[in-house]
Amino acid sequence: MLTDLTIAEARDGLRAKQFTAEALTLEHLHAIEALNPRLNAYLSVGHAQAMEQARAADKALAEGDTRPLLGIPLAIKDLFCTKGVRTTAGSKILMPFVPPYESTVTANLLRDGAVFLGKTNMDEFAMGSSNMTSHYGPVENPWKRRQDPSAVLVPGGSSGGSAAAVAARLAMGATGTDTGGSIRQPASFCGLVGVKPTYGRCSRWGVVAFASSLDHPGPFGRTVRDSAILLGSMAGHDPKDSTSADVAVPDFEAACSRSIKGLRIGVPKEYRSDGMPGEIETLWQQGVAWLRDAGAEIIDVSLPHTKYGLGTYYIIAPAEASSNLARYDGVRFGLRVDGPELRDLYERTRAEGFGAEARRRIMIGTYVLSAGYYDAYYLRAQKVRALILRDFTEAFEKVDALLTPTAPSAAFAQGDKSDDPVTMYLNDVFTVPADLAGVPAASVPGGLDRDGLPLGLQVITRPFDEETMFAVAAALERAAGFAALPTLRAGA
Amino acid sequence: MGYALQGRSGSWEVVVGLEIHAQVISQAKLFSGAATAFGAEPNSQVSFVDAAFPGMLPVLNRVCVEQAVKTGLGLNAAINKVSRFDRKNYFYPDLPPGYQISQYEHPIVGKGEVEIECADGSTKMIGITRLHLEQDAGKSLHDQHPTKSYIDLNRAGVALMEIVSEPDIRSPDEAGAYVRKLRSIMRYLGTCDGNMEEGSLRADVNVSVRQPGEVAYRTRCEIKNVNSVRFVMQAVEAEALRQIDVWESGEEVRQETRLFDSGRGVTRPMRSKEDAHDYRYFPDPDLLPLVLDQAWIDDLKARLPELPDAKKTRFMTEYGLSVYDAGVLVAEQATALFYETVAKGRDPKLAANWVTGDFFAALNSTGRTIDDPPVTAVQLGLLLDLMADKTINGKIAKDVFEAMVETGEDPASIVDRKGLRQVTDTGAIDAAVDKIIAGNQDKVAEYKSGKEKLFGFFVGQVMKAMQGKANPALVNETLKRRLT
Repeated sequence: MLTDLTIAEARDGLRAKQFTAEALTLEHLHAIEALNPRLNAYLSVGHAQAMEQARAADKALAEGDTRPLLGIPLAIKDLFCTKGVRTTAGSKILMPFVPPYESTVTANLLRDGAVFLGKTNMDEFAMGSSNMTSHYGPVENPWKRRQDPSAVLVPGGSSGGSAAAVAARLAMGATGTDTGGSIRQPASFCGLVGVKPTYGRCSRWGVVAFASSLDHPGPFGRTVRDSAILLGSMAGHDPKDSTSADVAVPDFEAACSRSIKGLRIGVPKEYRSDGMPGEIETLWQQGVAWLRDAGAEIIDVSLPHTKYGLGTYYIIAPAEASSNLARYDGVRFGLRVDGPELRDLYERTRAEGFGAEARRRIMIGTYVLSAGYYDAYYLRAQKVRALILRDFTEAFEKVDALLTPTAPSAAFAQGDKSDDPVTMYLNDVFTVPADLAGVPAASVPGGLDRDGLPLGLQVITRPFDEETMFAVAAALERAAGFAALPTLRAGA
Repeated sequence: MGYALQGRSGSWEVVVGLEIHAQVISQAKLFSGAATAFGAEPNSQVSFVDAAFPGMLPVLNRVCVEQAVKTGLGLNAAINKVSRFDRKNYFYPDLPPGYQISQYEHPIVGKGEVEIECADGSTKMIGITRLHLEQDAGKSLHDQHPTKSYIDLNRAGVALMEIVSEPDIRSPDEAGAYVRKLRSIMRYLGTCDGNMEEGSLRADVNVSVRQPGEVAYRTRCEIKNVNSVRFVMQAVEAEALRQIDVWESGEEVRQETRLFDSGRGVTRPMRSKEDAHDYRYFPDPDLLPLVLDQAWIDDLKARLPELPDAKKTRFMTEYGLSVYDAGVLVAEQATALFYETVAKGRDPKLAANWVTGDFFAALNSTGRTIDDPPVTAVQLGLLLDLMADKTINGKIAKDVFEAMVETGEDPASIVDRKGLRQVTDTGAIDAAVDKIIAGNQDKVAEYKSGKEKLFGFFVGQVMKAMQGKANPALVNETLKRRLT
């Protein structure tokens, strides 16, 4: 099936005229039609637009055009503004919103010839680790427990729709955003490669903001190479984003073939959590062995402030969110619930438009920025954030990359961990530090747990050294030989 | 003893600090490319950034930074090489993102000072606490519809400089002089047009009062958005009198925000503080710290124009002008330029007299401005030349100037057309003098008996007989000779 191809394979097939972009897109659209009613991975599917883009790609291919993503069907997280296509951020408050502009990252993908199949489901405003906070319903993880195939598992979050779509072969790749782990954790839960690049590598312009200093656009792929190809197109300096870095975009795909011989790999002792299943620890040790076998030197390191990561994150992210989400007031766009006074308009619109988790984080954020609390919470969190960055900086004086588990568990069932938000927040324990530090990190599928669910390994490198990250991730991928497939997938 | 207000219990001192909001002259807004022109159709100059659409990001306008640094240099202030933008969070429909981007803890410009000239001619230094860049909000229109408010976002995001003074001001007069001085400096620099009617310069006036000898300040009130120099001065006095009354009634002045009602000449409290704002300031994560290069600052400094104070000093030393004349001439750059054009190569004091006297009067009477004057500087200079070469005398010059104002003609052609050329023909003057002496023998006798004041009478009669065109020196000389 064409839907089983990797992006690299499809690219070669298209150029060799083995099949057309139209056929490739059509097969994906059919798969979406068959599976999306169950998975709820896509919030909207752009049949007509996708077919039009595919036909244009075929025309360009016929003319010998070699743009890197020509004719490749992708899914776009509904946090990216897409011109003329409804963009909801998973929220009711943006239900009627159709942006008149295209985000820089999606514009870059279109520039390189990509076909957009549709917009994917997500936790509301990217706030969540299970996709359960979406106003548009949860997403079903296409992976099933061997012993309990009827249990509906979460795909992780917040980019749960993108992860489920790529895992189920409803797209060849997808965009996501990672603020506390929202690409890497769902990648781990869905057996995918998920990349959170360096802060500033991908423009945030046109991406609905959650927490500006932490929001990282990045790709999902089924292979390391596919993720590298996607990131190569998404990345680049953007003068419209003041935090975008003016650095050249290297050949990430080429970096996937680099040897890791002689690289120093750090194993941070702090990446263990209470109650973490033994098989995650075992997989981690396995990953260490694979890299050693590939010629890397393994060094024990310490990132002493790791334990403060979650606490720091859950102050800074809500603080920024409380301010970023103030614009949803019912005055200019999105949902509006009128009232007799201005105050009623605000209160009714926001009470009706925001779900429980968004409201909770707005309140936390408002609290930590309030007079009298700012120093104790926000300012202190910023200081700890600096210490967490220093941990990484010091570790990278000794090593070239860090290897850790991606998440403290495999995918859990819908409804689990929902009674206490803090239990849910613990999902981000291994992913949050790299967001706080802005360093690049990728999750690679390493193996399955005893239920047959995928588990990811995380590779973290120095700022703007995604090449080493891809090289190490590719080495892990080769060694792991991860070939398991989700139960729910196109053609299965 | 300076300015003081008399209460029932004695005299009171007024303590004033001003926050000036000055709109930066720039083509585009502080963080977006939208235009800033005044008076455009509502909501015609609004970008998606200004309207705070999802995913939109601010990008700092370099020109606005340059303008702020130039203003800081003009205020003799410290330029902070690292500054930061913060979000000031509050909800209002004319503030689309729900926060204003401002500089809270780390402003671009630090301490400075300006010298003001008071009405009595004395000068005083007023400390500048800081200058920071911030966005303006949009405009809410509550009177266009019975139940709805309209929003115009044209102004939303326009760059403002907030200039905060130390509480160094002690009278309405000083407050007015301070605002005028800031406006003058910013106009010289081209950083703010200072147009208070269009709202490009607004003042928040902080007022408190205290009794002579008190060291500490008492509670102050802030009078928001005062939009003319005259109102600033009136507001200071009205608020000070109100506070004196409160204190003298045995009550306490409460810290609050008030508005100046110019119609009634009083201040009144703004709406209740029920919504006391906690602005939840924090650094804007969409913007990096603003880092300035010393060489760039030095370059801006080197290219600053001559500012009012320096120009005034130069006018006094180079042209020998009085403090007062120099001050009047440098208040506006265009006036100073006009004056220097007239004075160049001529008698500078005479030039100053003509510019501040007849020329200013002509501006008033015609309602025209220095940028569009009824008589150009070159024309006025030519008029002075006609006096210098004795083609006309000073009295005729006034008539010629009037004609110039009326017709815009050059002075020489007016003199020719009207035949106003000065008579230096001694024969004609002798004849006129003879005639006047012959016709006023009684006065001649009085004069000769010691009533020397009558000399002026004879001069006047001779001039009159010659239609004012006689050379006054020759008339004097001839009369002196003939009357002795």
